[in-house]
Amino acid sequence: MQMEIFQIVGLGLIAAVLAVLLKQHRPEIALQVSVVTGLIIIMLIMFKLASVLEALQGMAQRINVDTVYISTIFKIVGIAYIAEFGSQVCRDAGETSIASKIELAGKVIIMVLAVPILMALLDLIISIVP
Amino acid sequence: MDVNMIFKIAAVGILVAVLNQVLVRTGREEQAMMVALAGIVIVLMMVIKMISDLFNTVRTMFQLY
Repeated sequence: MQMEIFQIVGLGLIAAVLAVLLKQHRPEIALQVSVVTGLIIIMLIMFKLASVLEALQGMAQRINVDTVYISTIFKIVGIAYIAEFGSQVCRDAGETSIASKIELAGKVIIMVLAVPILMALLDLIISIVP
Repeated sequence: MDVNMIFKIAAVGILVAVLNQVLVRTGREEQAMMVALAGIVIVLMMVIKMISDLFNTVRTMFQLY
């Protein structure tokens, strides 16, 4: 289980060498190599993350948290991962402005998702305050 | 996820670079351009499939529908 870090580091080093090799003549294919490396590493990590998510869900069910809130949190985490991935790829390619727009879109979507939770919190506060 | 994809893409890249150099040296600039374009398209096809796999995984894992 913990030994996978050696796999991932080795993979990253080899892919970095290949990307540097390709960068002189074919920069676009070097970008693709780095994209695919990132994809493979993220997929390796994602399957590890699944058990953590299941544990969190079980905990939420045990203490009777509303499933809407916990699934919203999962959605926000997923959106953050995807937006981070996309913006890093764009930044690697030298397109900093597109990267920051992707980040902006992720932030806005997360804010929209978080509005129901915020409203519930405000309702709670209003009901507490006399 | 298979690691072979990285080596496949790097091999396509090296092949395209060499073919491009040869075609440019022999004075066929437009065919060199076509080879470069074909390489990009082939690699993009592979990468797009993997990206859609990643998106589907994240979507099912974080219940994003």
